[in-house]
Amino acid sequence: MILIVFFTLYPFVYLVAQSFSSEAAIYAGKVTFFPVEFTTKTYEVILSKPDFFLYYWNTIVYSVVGTFIAVAATAVMSYPLSKDRLRLNKFFIPFVLFTMYFGGGLIPNYILVAKALGMRDTIWAIVIPGAISAFNVILMKTFFAGIPHELEEAGRVDGLGVFGIFTRIILPLSKPILVTIMLFVMVGMWNNWFGPSLYLQSKDKWPVALYLKQIIDNAVSPTEIGASSDQTSQIAASVKSTAMVLTSLPIICIYPFVQKYFVQGMMIGAVKG
Amino acid sequence: MAAHTQDKAVNTSSLWKHVKKEWKLYSFLVIPVIYFIIFKYAPMLGSIIAFRKYRGGPNIFGSEWVGFTYFEMFMKDPTFWRAFFNDLSLSVSYLLVKFPITLLFALLLNELRRVKLKKFVQTVSYLPHFISMVIVAGMVKEMVSLSGPINYVLSSLGFEKISFISLPEWFPTIYVTSGIWQSLGWGTILYLAAMTGINTALYEAAKIDGANRLRLAMHVTIPGILPTIMVLLILDIGSILGSNFEKILLLYNPLTYETADVISTYVYRMGITGGNFSYATAVGLFEGVIGLILVTIANQVSKKTTKSSLW
Repeated sequence: MILIVFFTLYPFVYLVAQSFSSEAAIYAGKVTFFPVEFTTKTYEVILSKPDFFLYYWNTIVYSVVGTFIAVAATAVMSYPLSKDRLRLNKFFIPFVLFTMYFGGGLIPNYILVAKALGMRDTIWAIVIPGAISAFNVILMKTFFAGIPHELEEAGRVDGLGVFGIFTRIILPLSKPILVTIMLFVMVGMWNNWFGPSLYLQSKDKWPVALYLKQIIDNAVSPTEIGASSDQTSQIAASVKSTAMVLTSLPIICIYPFVQKYFVQGMMIGAVKG
Repeated sequence: MAAHTQDKAVNTSSLWKHVKKEWKLYSFLVIPVIYFIIFKYAPMLGSIIAFRKYRGGPNIFGSEWVGFTYFEMFMKDPTFWRAFFNDLSLSVSYLLVKFPITLLFALLLNELRRVKLKKFVQTVSYLPHFISMVIVAGMVKEMVSLSGPINYVLSSLGFEKISFISLPEWFPTIYVTSGIWQSLGWGTILYLAAMTGINTALYEAAKIDGANRLRLAMHVTIPGILPTIMVLLILDIGSILGSNFEKILLLYNPLTYETADVISTYVYRMGITGGNFSYATAVGLFEGVIGLILVTIANQVSKKTTKSSLW
Protein backbone atom coordinates (compact mmCIF):
# COMPACT_ATOMS: atom_id res chain seq x y z
CA MET A 1 0.00 0.00 0.00
CA ILE A 2 2.73 2.42 0.99
CA LEU A 3 4.56 1.44 -2.16
CA ILE A 4 1.53 2.23 -4.28
CA VAL A 5 1.12 5.60 -2.58
CA PHE A 6 4.79 6.31 -3.19
CA PHE A 7 4.74 5.39 -6.86
CA THR A 8 1.56 7.35 -7.44
CA LEU A 9 2.94 10.48 -5.86
CA TYR A 10 6.52 10.26 -7.07
CA PRO A 11 5.98 11.80 -10.54
CA PHE A 12 4.32 14.81 -8.90
CA VAL A 13 7.15 15.22 -6.43
CA TYR A 14 9.67 14.92 -9.22
CA LEU A 15 7.87 17.57 -11.24
CA VAL A 16 7.79 20.03 -8.37
CA ALA A 17 11.44 19.35 -7.57
CA GLN A 18 12.36 20.01 -11.16
CA SER A 19 10.42 23.23 -11.34
CA PHE A 20 12.43 24.64 -8.44
CA SER A 21 15.79 23.40 -9.65
CA SER A 22 18.40 25.07 -11.79
CA GLU A 23 18.67 24.05 -15.39
CA ALA A 24 22.21 22.77 -15.10
CA ALA A 25 21.21 20.38 -12.35
CA ILE A 26 18.27 19.07 -14.39
CA TYR A 27 20.42 18.37 -17.44
CA ALA A 28 23.02 16.68 -15.30
CA GLY A 29 20.27 14.36 -14.06
CA LYS A 30 20.90 15.31 -10.45
CA VAL A 31 17.30 16.04 -9.56
CA THR A 32 15.60 13.00 -8.12
CA PHE A 33 13.55 13.92 -5.10
CA PHE A 34 14.44 17.35 -3.76
CA PRO A 35 15.14 20.53 -5.72
CA VAL A 36 18.81 20.98 -6.51
CA GLU A 37 20.21 24.53 -6.43
CA PHE A 38 16.85 25.95 -5.39
CA THR A 39 15.52 28.79 -7.54
CA THR A 40 12.12 30.34 -8.25
CA LYS A 41 13.28 32.05 -11.42
CA THR A 42 11.03 30.08 -13.78
CA TYR A 43 7.97 30.91 -11.72
CA GLU A 44 8.90 34.57 -11.74
CA VAL A 45 9.35 34.61 -15.49
CA ILE A 46 6.14 32.75 -16.29
CA LEU A 47 4.04 34.67 -13.80
CA SER A 48 5.33 38.00 -15.00
CA LYS A 49 4.03 37.29 -18.48
CA PRO A 50 0.45 38.50 -19.05
CA ASP A 51 -0.13 35.85 -21.76
CA PHE A 52 -0.13 33.10 -19.21
CA PHE A 53 -2.96 34.79 -17.34
CA LEU A 54 -4.90 35.23 -20.55
CA TYR A 55 -4.75 31.47 -21.21
CA TYR A 56 -5.63 30.81 -17.61
CA TRP A 57 -8.58 33.15 -17.84
CA ASN A 58 -9.77 31.44 -21.04
CA THR A 59 -9.66 28.10 -19.27
CA ILE A 60 -11.68 29.49 -16.38
CA VAL A 61 -14.31 30.93 -18.74
CA TYR A 62 -14.62 27.69 -20.72
CA SER A 63 -14.84 25.61 -17.56
CA VAL A 64 -17.49 27.75 -15.89
CA VAL A 65 -19.69 28.25 -18.94
CA GLY A 66 -19.26 24.67 -20.10
CA THR A 67 -20.02 23.21 -16.71
CA PHE A 68 -23.13 25.33 -16.26
CA ILE A 69 -24.54 24.29 -19.63
CA ALA A 70 -23.65 20.64 -19.12
CA VAL A 71 -25.08 20.25 -15.63
CA ALA A 72 -28.28 22.11 -16.46
CA ALA A 73 -28.85 20.10 -19.63
CA THR A 74 -28.02 16.77 -17.99
CA ALA A 75 -30.39 17.43 -15.09
CA VAL A 76 -33.23 18.55 -17.34
CA MET A 77 -32.83 15.48 -19.50
CA SER A 78 -32.39 12.98 -16.68
CA TYR A 79 -35.49 14.00 -14.74
CA PRO A 80 -38.18 12.80 -17.17
CA LEU A 81 -36.07 9.74 -18.02
CA SER A 82 -36.13 8.72 -14.35
CA LYS A 83 -39.93 8.44 -14.38
CA ASP A 84 -41.13 4.93 -15.09
CA ARG A 85 -44.63 6.09 -15.86
CA LEU A 86 -43.53 7.93 -18.99
CA ARG A 87 -44.24 5.45 -21.76
CA LEU A 88 -42.08 7.13 -24.37
CA ASN A 89 -39.01 6.45 -22.24
CA LYS A 90 -39.04 3.01 -23.83
CA PHE A 91 -37.85 4.86 -26.86
CA PHE A 92 -35.83 7.70 -25.32
CA ILE A 93 -33.62 5.64 -23.01
CA PRO A 94 -32.22 3.39 -25.75
CA PHE A 95 -31.92 6.55 -27.86
CA VAL A 96 -29.53 7.95 -25.25
CA LEU A 97 -27.78 4.66 -24.44
CA PHE A 98 -26.94 3.87 -28.03
CA THR A 99 -24.63 6.89 -28.20
CA MET A 100 -22.49 5.27 -25.51
CA TYR A 101 -21.56 2.44 -27.83
CA PHE A 102 -21.45 4.05 -31.22
CA GLY A 103 -20.57 7.47 -32.48
CA GLY A 104 -19.95 9.32 -35.69
CA GLY A 105 -16.21 9.35 -35.25
CA LEU A 106 -13.69 12.13 -35.32
CA ILE A 107 -14.02 13.36 -38.88
CA PRO A 108 -17.82 13.72 -39.15
CA ASN A 109 -17.84 15.47 -35.78
CA TYR A 110 -15.16 17.81 -36.92
CA ILE A 111 -16.97 18.62 -40.16
CA LEU A 112 -20.21 19.16 -38.27
CA VAL A 113 -18.80 21.55 -35.70
CA ALA A 114 -16.24 23.37 -37.79
CA LYS A 115 -17.94 23.50 -41.17
CA ALA A 116 -21.65 22.77 -41.02
CA LEU A 117 -22.36 24.71 -37.82
CA GLY A 118 -19.63 27.28 -38.31
CA MET A 119 -18.60 27.19 -34.68
CA ARG A 120 -14.90 27.26 -35.45
CA ASP A 121 -12.91 29.72 -33.38
CA THR A 122 -15.77 30.39 -30.99
CA ILE A 123 -16.29 29.34 -27.40
CA TRP A 124 -19.32 27.30 -28.53
CA ALA A 125 -17.16 24.73 -30.28
CA ILE A 126 -15.55 24.07 -26.91
CA VAL A 127 -18.52 24.07 -24.56
CA ILE A 128 -21.41 22.67 -26.62
CA PRO A 129 -20.39 19.46 -28.44
CA GLY A 130 -19.55 17.53 -25.27
CA ALA A 131 -22.25 19.04 -23.06
CA ILE A 132 -24.43 15.99 -22.44
CA SER A 133 -22.90 12.55 -22.11
CA ALA A 134 -25.00 9.42 -21.97
CA PHE A 135 -22.97 8.19 -19.00
CA ASN A 136 -23.75 11.28 -16.91
CA VAL A 137 -27.43 11.08 -17.85
CA ILE A 138 -27.61 7.47 -16.66
CA LEU A 139 -25.84 8.34 -13.42
CA MET A 140 -28.20 11.21 -12.69
CA LYS A 141 -31.30 9.38 -13.80
CA THR A 142 -30.48 6.56 -11.36
CA PHE A 143 -30.10 9.07 -8.55
CA PHE A 144 -33.39 10.83 -9.35
CA ALA A 145 -35.19 7.50 -9.48
CA GLY A 146 -34.07 6.83 -5.91
CA ILE A 147 -35.76 9.93 -4.48
CA PRO A 148 -38.92 8.87 -2.64
CA HIS A 149 -42.02 9.38 -4.70
CA GLU A 150 -43.96 10.69 -1.70
CA LEU A 151 -41.93 13.88 -1.59
CA GLU A 152 -43.15 14.81 -5.05
CA GLU A 153 -46.71 13.96 -4.11
CA ALA A 154 -46.42 16.28 -1.12
CA GLY A 155 -45.15 19.02 -3.39
CA ARG A 156 -48.07 18.53 -5.75
CA VAL A 157 -50.56 18.74 -2.89
CA ASP A 158 -48.94 22.02 -1.88
CA GLY A 159 -49.69 23.31 -5.35
CA LEU A 160 -46.33 22.97 -7.09
CA GLY A 161 -46.27 22.35 -10.81
CA VAL A 162 -43.90 19.97 -12.59
CA PHE A 163 -41.26 22.65 -12.90
CA GLY A 164 -41.68 23.71 -9.28
CA ILE A 165 -41.28 20.13 -8.08
CA PHE A 166 -38.13 19.81 -10.15
CA THR A 167 -36.46 23.00 -8.94
CA ARG A 168 -37.73 23.14 -5.35
CA ILE A 169 -37.75 19.48 -4.38
CA ILE A 170 -35.66 17.33 -6.72
CA LEU A 171 -32.65 19.56 -7.32
CA PRO A 172 -32.01 20.51 -3.67
CA LEU A 173 -32.14 16.82 -2.75
CA SER A 174 -29.68 15.89 -5.48
CA LYS A 175 -26.61 17.75 -4.31
CA PRO A 176 -24.25 14.75 -4.28
CA ILE A 177 -24.97 13.82 -7.88
CA LEU A 178 -25.07 17.42 -9.10
CA VAL A 179 -21.69 18.10 -7.50
CA THR A 180 -20.33 14.87 -8.95
CA ILE A 181 -21.37 15.65 -12.51
CA MET A 182 -20.23 19.23 -12.05
CA LEU A 183 -16.80 18.01 -11.07
CA PHE A 184 -16.51 15.52 -13.89
CA VAL A 185 -17.43 18.12 -16.46
CA MET A 186 -15.31 20.84 -14.91
CA VAL A 187 -12.22 18.67 -14.71
CA GLY A 188 -12.82 17.60 -18.30
CA MET A 189 -13.16 21.19 -19.43
CA TRP A 190 -10.15 22.31 -17.45
CA ASN A 191 -8.00 19.61 -19.00
CA ASN A 192 -9.41 19.84 -22.50
CA TRP A 193 -6.79 20.53 -25.11
CA PHE A 194 -7.81 18.41 -28.06
CA GLY A 195 -11.09 20.19 -28.85
CA PRO A 196 -9.43 23.59 -28.65
CA SER A 197 -6.56 22.38 -30.83
CA LEU A 198 -9.08 21.35 -33.48
CA TYR A 199 -11.36 24.34 -33.38
CA LEU A 200 -9.51 27.38 -32.06
CA GLN A 201 -7.25 29.15 -34.49
CA SER A 202 -6.61 32.44 -32.76
CA LYS A 203 -4.01 31.95 -30.11
CA ASP A 204 -5.61 34.47 -27.77
CA LYS A 205 -8.56 32.10 -27.31
CA TRP A 206 -6.43 29.16 -26.26
CA PRO A 207 -6.93 27.48 -22.90
CA VAL A 208 -3.88 26.93 -20.75
CA ALA A 209 -3.81 23.17 -21.44
CA LEU A 210 -3.25 23.75 -25.15
CA TYR A 211 -0.59 26.35 -24.43
CA LEU A 212 1.09 23.87 -22.13
CA LYS A 213 1.11 21.30 -24.89
CA GLN A 214 2.98 23.73 -27.10
CA ILE A 215 5.54 24.31 -24.35
CA ILE A 216 6.07 20.59 -23.89
CA ASP A 217 6.41 20.11 -27.64
CA ASN A 218 9.07 22.80 -27.52
CA ALA A 219 7.05 24.83 -29.97
CA VAL A 220 7.18 27.69 -27.49
CA SER A 221 10.69 28.64 -26.57
CA PRO A 222 11.65 30.37 -23.34
CA THR A 223 12.36 33.54 -25.29
CA GLU A 224 8.75 33.59 -26.43
CA ILE A 225 7.61 33.33 -22.86
CA GLY A 226 9.53 36.54 -22.38
CA ALA A 227 12.78 35.66 -20.72
CA SER A 228 15.80 37.79 -21.47
CA SER A 229 18.75 35.98 -22.97
CA ASP A 230 20.65 35.38 -19.73
CA GLN A 231 17.53 33.87 -18.22
CA THR A 232 16.87 31.78 -21.31
CA SER A 233 19.43 29.13 -20.64
CA GLN A 234 18.54 29.20 -16.99
CA ILE A 235 14.92 28.23 -17.48
CA ALA A 236 14.88 26.13 -20.64
CA ALA A 237 14.56 22.83 -18.80
CA SER A 238 12.44 23.80 -15.85
CA VAL A 239 9.89 25.82 -17.82
CA LYS A 240 8.00 22.66 -18.74
CA SER A 241 7.70 21.43 -15.22
CA THR A 242 6.82 24.86 -13.89
CA ALA A 243 4.06 25.27 -16.43
CA MET A 244 2.80 21.78 -15.61
CA VAL A 245 2.75 22.54 -11.90
CA LEU A 246 0.92 25.82 -12.45
CA THR A 247 -1.65 24.24 -14.74
CA SER A 248 -2.55 21.34 -12.50
CA LEU A 249 -2.34 23.33 -9.26
CA PRO A 250 -6.03 24.32 -9.05
CA ILE A 251 -7.17 20.74 -9.51
CA ILE A 252 -4.70 19.34 -7.01
CA CYS A 253 -5.75 22.00 -4.47
CA ILE A 254 -9.50 21.59 -4.83
CA TYR A 255 -9.44 17.85 -5.27
CA PRO A 256 -9.04 16.61 -1.67
CA PHE A 257 -11.97 18.76 -0.53
CA VAL A 258 -14.44 17.64 -3.14
CA GLN A 259 -13.28 14.04 -3.32
CA LYS A 260 -15.87 12.76 -0.87
CA TYR A 261 -18.73 14.21 -2.91
CA PHE A 262 -17.93 12.48 -6.12
CA VAL A 263 -17.11 9.19 -4.45
CA GLN A 264 -20.55 9.38 -2.83
CA GLY A 265 -22.18 10.41 -6.10
CA MET A 266 -20.49 7.69 -8.12
CA MET A 267 -21.36 5.04 -5.58
CA ILE A 268 -25.03 5.94 -5.35
CA GLY A 269 -25.33 6.28 -9.10
CA ALA A 270 -23.49 3.07 -9.82
CA VAL A 271 -24.73 0.67 -7.17
CA LYS A 272 -28.34 1.03 -8.13
CA GLY A 273 -27.58 1.24 -11.80
CA MET B 1 -57.26 -7.42 -39.78
CA ALA B 2 -59.90 -4.81 -39.01
CA ALA B 3 -59.65 -5.59 -35.32
CA HIS B 4 -55.91 -5.24 -35.54
CA THR B 5 -56.09 -1.77 -37.10
CA GLN B 6 -58.64 -0.69 -34.55
CA ASP B 7 -56.40 -1.95 -31.81
CA LYS B 8 -53.58 0.14 -33.12
CA ALA B 9 -55.80 3.18 -33.35
CA VAL B 10 -56.80 2.78 -29.72
CA ASN B 11 -53.16 2.45 -28.78
CA THR B 12 -52.17 5.55 -30.68
CA SER B 13 -54.97 7.59 -29.21
CA SER B 14 -54.19 6.44 -25.68
CA LEU B 15 -50.56 7.23 -26.29
CA TRP B 16 -51.61 10.65 -27.50
CA LYS B 17 -53.67 11.13 -24.34
CA HIS B 18 -50.70 10.04 -22.28
CA VAL B 19 -48.42 12.54 -23.99
CA LYS B 20 -51.02 15.28 -23.57
CA LYS B 21 -51.34 14.51 -19.88
CA GLU B 22 -47.59 14.41 -19.31
CA TRP B 23 -46.59 17.06 -21.82
CA LYS B 24 -44.91 19.16 -19.16
CA LEU B 25 -42.48 16.41 -18.29
CA TYR B 26 -41.92 15.51 -21.92
CA SER B 27 -41.21 19.14 -22.73
CA PHE B 28 -38.09 18.84 -20.54
CA LEU B 29 -36.72 16.51 -23.19
CA VAL B 30 -37.17 18.76 -26.20
CA ILE B 31 -33.87 20.63 -26.10
CA PRO B 32 -31.72 17.68 -24.97
CA VAL B 33 -33.21 15.45 -27.65
CA ILE B 34 -32.53 18.05 -30.32
CA TYR B 35 -29.02 18.24 -28.92
CA PHE B 36 -28.64 14.46 -29.26
CA ILE B 37 -29.95 14.52 -32.81
CA ILE B 38 -27.55 17.25 -33.87
CA PHE B 39 -24.41 16.31 -31.96
CA LYS B 40 -24.68 12.52 -31.66
CA TYR B 41 -26.85 11.25 -34.48
CA ALA B 42 -26.02 13.74 -37.22
CA PRO B 43 -22.33 12.75 -37.15
CA MET B 44 -23.40 9.12 -37.56
CA LEU B 45 -25.29 10.13 -40.68
CA GLY B 46 -22.29 12.24 -41.60
CA SER B 47 -20.31 9.01 -41.91
CA ILE B 48 -21.96 8.91 -45.31
CA ILE B 49 -18.98 10.81 -46.62
CA ALA B 50 -17.05 7.56 -46.33
CA PHE B 51 -18.97 6.55 -49.45
CA ARG B 52 -18.62 9.89 -51.20
CA LYS B 53 -15.80 11.90 -52.60
CA TYR B 54 -15.86 14.70 -50.05
CA ARG B 55 -13.40 17.49 -50.51
CA GLY B 56 -14.30 19.85 -47.69
CA GLY B 57 -16.87 22.59 -47.45
CA PRO B 58 -20.07 22.76 -45.45
CA ASN B 59 -22.25 20.66 -47.75
CA ILE B 60 -21.59 16.95 -47.37
CA PHE B 61 -24.15 15.99 -50.00
CA GLY B 62 -22.64 17.85 -52.92
CA SER B 63 -20.16 15.21 -53.92
CA GLU B 64 -20.29 12.06 -56.03
CA TRP B 65 -20.89 8.52 -54.75
CA VAL B 66 -17.89 6.27 -54.81
CA GLY B 67 -19.32 3.22 -53.03
CA PHE B 68 -16.81 1.16 -51.12
CA THR B 69 -13.76 2.62 -52.88
CA TYR B 70 -12.32 4.06 -49.69
CA PHE B 71 -12.90 0.83 -47.80
CA GLU B 72 -11.07 -1.13 -50.47
CA MET B 73 -8.32 1.46 -50.34
CA PHE B 74 -7.63 1.11 -46.65
CA MET B 75 -7.93 -2.66 -46.76
CA LYS B 76 -4.96 -2.62 -49.12
CA ASP B 77 -3.10 -0.04 -47.08
CA PRO B 78 -0.22 -1.50 -45.01
CA THR B 79 -0.22 1.53 -42.70
CA PHE B 80 -3.82 0.81 -41.81
CA TRP B 81 -3.04 -2.79 -40.95
CA ARG B 82 -0.07 -1.76 -38.84
CA ALA B 83 -2.35 0.66 -36.96
CA PHE B 84 -4.99 -2.04 -36.62
CA PHE B 85 -2.62 -4.55 -35.04
CA ASN B 86 -1.01 -1.95 -32.81
CA ASP B 87 -4.44 -0.93 -31.61
CA LEU B 88 -5.28 -4.53 -30.79
CA SER B 89 -2.01 -5.41 -29.11
CA LEU B 90 -1.81 -2.20 -27.04
CA SER B 91 -5.35 -2.58 -25.71
CA VAL B 92 -5.14 -6.29 -25.10
CA SER B 93 -1.87 -6.05 -23.21
CA TYR B 94 -3.18 -3.09 -21.22
CA LEU B 95 -6.38 -4.97 -20.41
CA LEU B 96 -4.48 -8.11 -19.37
CA VAL B 97 -2.35 -6.14 -16.93
CA LYS B 98 -4.93 -3.65 -15.72
CA PHE B 99 -7.81 -5.99 -15.01
CA PRO B 100 -6.22 -8.32 -12.43
CA ILE B 101 -4.17 -5.56 -10.81
CA THR B 102 -7.17 -3.30 -10.33
CA LEU B 103 -9.22 -6.13 -8.89
CA LEU B 104 -6.41 -7.11 -6.54
CA PHE B 105 -5.94 -3.51 -5.43
CA ALA B 106 -9.67 -3.18 -4.75
CA LEU B 107 -9.62 -6.35 -2.63
CA LEU B 108 -6.61 -5.11 -0.68
CA LEU B 109 -8.23 -1.72 -0.11
CA ASN B 110 -11.33 -3.45 1.12
CA GLU B 111 -9.23 -5.38 3.63
CA LEU B 112 -7.73 -2.22 5.13
CA ARG B 113 -9.37 -1.89 8.49
CA ARG B 114 -7.95 1.48 9.48
CA VAL B 115 -10.47 3.89 7.98
CA LYS B 116 -8.14 6.89 7.89
CA LEU B 117 -5.42 4.97 6.09
CA LYS B 118 -7.92 3.59 3.61
CA LYS B 119 -9.24 7.08 2.86
CA PHE B 120 -5.72 8.37 2.41
CA VAL B 121 -4.69 5.61 0.02
CA GLN B 122 -7.87 6.12 -1.96
CA THR B 123 -7.44 9.87 -2.19
CA VAL B 124 -3.90 9.52 -3.43
CA SER B 125 -4.64 6.76 -5.90
CA TYR B 126 -7.56 8.61 -7.54
CA LEU B 127 -5.52 11.73 -8.09
CA PRO B 128 -3.83 10.88 -11.42
CA HIS B 129 -7.25 10.33 -12.99
CA PHE B 130 -7.96 14.05 -12.68
CA ILE B 131 -4.76 15.30 -14.23
CA SER B 132 -4.81 16.57 -17.78
CA MET B 133 -3.57 14.13 -20.39
CA VAL B 134 -1.18 16.84 -21.54
CA ILE B 135 0.41 16.84 -18.10
CA VAL B 136 0.40 13.05 -17.84
CA ALA B 137 2.20 12.83 -21.16
CA GLY B 138 4.58 15.56 -20.07
CA MET B 139 5.31 13.71 -16.83
CA VAL B 140 5.88 10.45 -18.65
CA LYS B 141 8.33 12.13 -20.98
CA GLU B 142 10.18 13.69 -18.04
CA MET B 143 10.29 10.41 -16.15
CA VAL B 144 11.79 8.45 -19.03
CA SER B 145 14.00 11.20 -20.43
CA LEU B 146 17.75 10.76 -20.55
CA SER B 147 18.22 12.98 -17.51
CA GLY B 148 15.13 11.59 -15.75
CA PRO B 149 14.92 9.41 -12.65
CA ILE B 150 14.56 6.07 -14.45
CA ASN B 151 17.77 6.58 -16.35
CA TYR B 152 19.35 7.88 -13.15
CA VAL B 153 18.62 4.56 -11.49
CA LEU B 154 19.83 2.64 -14.55
CA SER B 155 23.10 4.51 -14.76
CA SER B 156 23.81 4.28 -11.05
CA LEU B 157 23.32 0.53 -11.31
CA GLY B 158 25.93 0.55 -14.04
CA PHE B 159 23.66 0.16 -17.07
CA GLU B 160 23.62 2.26 -20.23
CA LYS B 161 21.09 5.06 -20.40
CA ILE B 162 18.15 4.36 -22.70
CA SER B 163 16.26 6.87 -24.80
CA PHE B 164 12.91 5.22 -24.07
CA ILE B 165 10.64 7.69 -25.83
CA SER B 166 12.26 7.26 -29.25
CA LEU B 167 12.55 3.47 -29.25
CA PRO B 168 9.55 1.66 -30.72
CA GLU B 169 10.16 -1.49 -28.64
CA TRP B 170 9.61 0.52 -25.45
CA PHE B 171 6.36 2.17 -26.43
CA PRO B 172 3.99 -0.62 -25.30
CA THR B 173 5.68 -0.75 -21.89
CA ILE B 174 5.42 3.02 -21.48
CA TYR B 175 1.81 2.96 -22.60
CA VAL B 176 0.74 0.18 -20.25
CA THR B 177 2.71 1.38 -17.22
CA SER B 178 1.53 4.96 -17.45
CA GLY B 179 -2.01 3.69 -18.00
CA ILE B 180 -1.86 1.70 -14.78
CA TRP B 181 -0.47 4.71 -12.93
CA GLN B 182 -3.35 6.83 -14.16
CA SER B 183 -6.24 4.47 -13.69
CA LEU B 184 -5.39 2.05 -10.89
CA GLY B 185 -7.16 3.96 -8.12
CA TRP B 186 -10.06 5.18 -10.17
CA GLY B 187 -10.66 1.69 -11.53
CA THR B 188 -11.35 0.41 -8.02
CA ILE B 189 -14.15 2.85 -7.26
CA LEU B 190 -16.94 0.79 -8.79
CA TYR B 191 -15.63 -2.42 -7.22
CA LEU B 192 -15.58 -0.76 -3.81
CA ALA B 193 -19.09 0.53 -4.37
CA ALA B 194 -20.20 -2.99 -5.22
CA MET B 195 -18.43 -4.40 -2.17
CA THR B 196 -20.32 -2.11 0.20
CA GLY B 197 -23.48 -3.63 -1.25
CA ILE B 198 -22.61 -7.18 -0.18
CA ASN B 199 -24.72 -8.49 2.65
CA THR B 200 -22.59 -8.56 5.81
CA ALA B 201 -24.50 -11.62 7.04
CA LEU B 202 -22.70 -13.60 4.32
CA TYR B 203 -19.35 -12.71 5.84
CA GLU B 204 -20.46 -13.67 9.32
CA ALA B 205 -21.85 -16.97 8.12
CA ALA B 206 -18.59 -17.74 6.34
CA LYS B 207 -16.58 -16.76 9.43
CA ILE B 208 -18.60 -19.15 11.56
CA ASP B 209 -17.79 -21.84 9.02
CA GLY B 210 -14.15 -21.10 9.72
CA ALA B 211 -13.15 -19.10 6.67
CA ASN B 212 -10.03 -16.94 6.93
CA ARG B 213 -9.67 -13.56 5.23
CA LEU B 214 -8.33 -14.99 2.01
CA ARG B 215 -11.20 -17.43 1.75
CA LEU B 216 -13.69 -14.69 2.58
CA ALA B 217 -12.35 -12.66 -0.33
CA MET B 218 -12.39 -15.65 -2.65
CA HIS B 219 -15.82 -17.01 -1.78
CA VAL B 220 -17.82 -13.99 -0.66
CA THR B 221 -16.35 -10.79 -2.04
CA ILE B 222 -15.51 -11.91 -5.56
CA PRO B 223 -18.83 -13.66 -6.23
CA GLY B 224 -20.57 -10.62 -4.75
CA ILE B 225 -19.00 -8.21 -7.20
CA LEU B 226 -19.04 -10.54 -10.18
CA PRO B 227 -21.77 -8.61 -12.00
CA THR B 228 -19.70 -5.43 -11.70
CA ILE B 229 -16.60 -7.26 -12.93
CA MET B 230 -18.49 -8.55 -15.95
CA VAL B 231 -20.01 -5.19 -16.87
CA LEU B 232 -16.62 -3.48 -16.71
CA LEU B 233 -15.07 -6.27 -18.74
CA ILE B 234 -17.73 -5.97 -21.44
CA LEU B 235 -17.15 -2.23 -21.66
CA ASP B 236 -13.40 -2.75 -21.93
CA ILE B 237 -13.80 -5.35 -24.64
CA GLY B 238 -16.03 -2.99 -26.56
CA SER B 239 -13.30 -0.39 -26.63
CA ILE B 240 -10.52 -2.74 -27.65
CA LEU B 241 -10.16 -0.78 -30.84
CA GLY B 242 -9.81 2.90 -30.11
CA SER B 243 -7.05 2.80 -27.52
CA ASN B 244 -6.45 5.92 -25.57
CA PHE B 245 -6.32 8.32 -28.48
CA GLU B 246 -5.22 11.51 -26.73
CA LYS B 247 -2.46 9.81 -24.83
CA ILE B 248 -0.96 8.15 -27.86
CA LEU B 249 -1.24 11.33 -29.86
CA LEU B 250 0.71 13.13 -27.15
CA LEU B 251 3.28 10.41 -26.56
CA TYR B 252 4.15 9.03 -29.94
CA ASN B 253 6.45 10.46 -32.59
CA PRO B 254 7.44 9.39 -36.08
CA LEU B 255 10.24 7.26 -34.61
CA THR B 256 7.76 5.12 -32.71
CA TYR B 257 4.90 4.92 -35.26
CA GLU B 258 5.94 1.33 -35.84
CA THR B 259 4.45 0.23 -32.52
CA ALA B 260 2.49 3.29 -31.43
CA ASP B 261 0.33 4.29 -34.36
CA VAL B 262 -3.26 3.16 -33.78
CA ILE B 263 -6.41 3.52 -35.86
CA SER B 264 -7.59 6.73 -34.25
CA THR B 265 -4.23 8.46 -34.56
CA TYR B 266 -4.06 7.28 -38.15
CA VAL B 267 -7.52 8.75 -38.75
CA TYR B 268 -6.38 11.99 -37.17
CA ARG B 269 -3.29 12.26 -39.35
CA MET B 270 -5.15 11.28 -42.51
CA GLY B 271 -8.23 13.40 -41.93
CA ILE B 272 -7.39 16.46 -39.88
CA THR B 273 -3.75 16.92 -40.84
CA GLY B 274 -3.90 15.38 -44.30
CA GLY B 275 -7.34 16.54 -45.43
CA ASN B 276 -8.40 13.10 -46.73
CA PHE B 277 -11.76 13.39 -45.02
CA SER B 278 -13.57 10.58 -46.83
CA TYR B 279 -10.76 8.10 -46.44
CA ALA B 280 -10.33 8.88 -42.74
CA THR B 281 -14.08 8.64 -42.19
CA ALA B 282 -14.14 5.20 -43.77
CA VAL B 283 -11.38 4.03 -41.43
CA GLY B 284 -13.13 5.60 -38.43
CA LEU B 285 -16.46 4.03 -39.36
CA PHE B 286 -14.79 0.64 -39.58
CA GLU B 287 -13.37 1.11 -36.08
CA GLY B 288 -16.76 2.17 -34.69
CA VAL B 289 -18.62 -0.77 -36.22
CA ILE B 290 -16.06 -3.29 -34.93
CA GLY B 291 -16.41 -1.78 -31.45
CA LEU B 292 -20.18 -2.06 -31.57
CA ILE B 293 -19.98 -5.69 -32.73
CA LEU B 294 -17.50 -6.53 -29.96
CA VAL B 295 -19.69 -4.98 -27.27
CA THR B 296 -22.69 -6.90 -28.55
CA ILE B 297 -20.86 -10.22 -28.61
CA ALA B 298 -19.29 -9.71 -25.17
CA ASN B 299 -22.67 -8.73 -23.80
CA GLN B 300 -24.38 -11.81 -25.22
CA VAL B 301 -21.67 -14.16 -23.98
CA SER B 302 -21.81 -12.63 -20.51
CA LYS B 303 -25.59 -12.81 -20.47
CA LYS B 304 -25.45 -16.53 -21.26
CA THR B 305 -22.64 -17.43 -18.88
CA THR B 306 -22.96 -15.12 -15.87
CA LYS B 307 -26.41 -13.57 -16.33
CA SER B 308 -25.02 -10.06 -15.98
CA SER B 309 -25.18 -7.77 -18.97
CA LEU B 310 -25.39 -4.17 -20.07
CA TRP B 311 -28.81 -4.54 -21.66
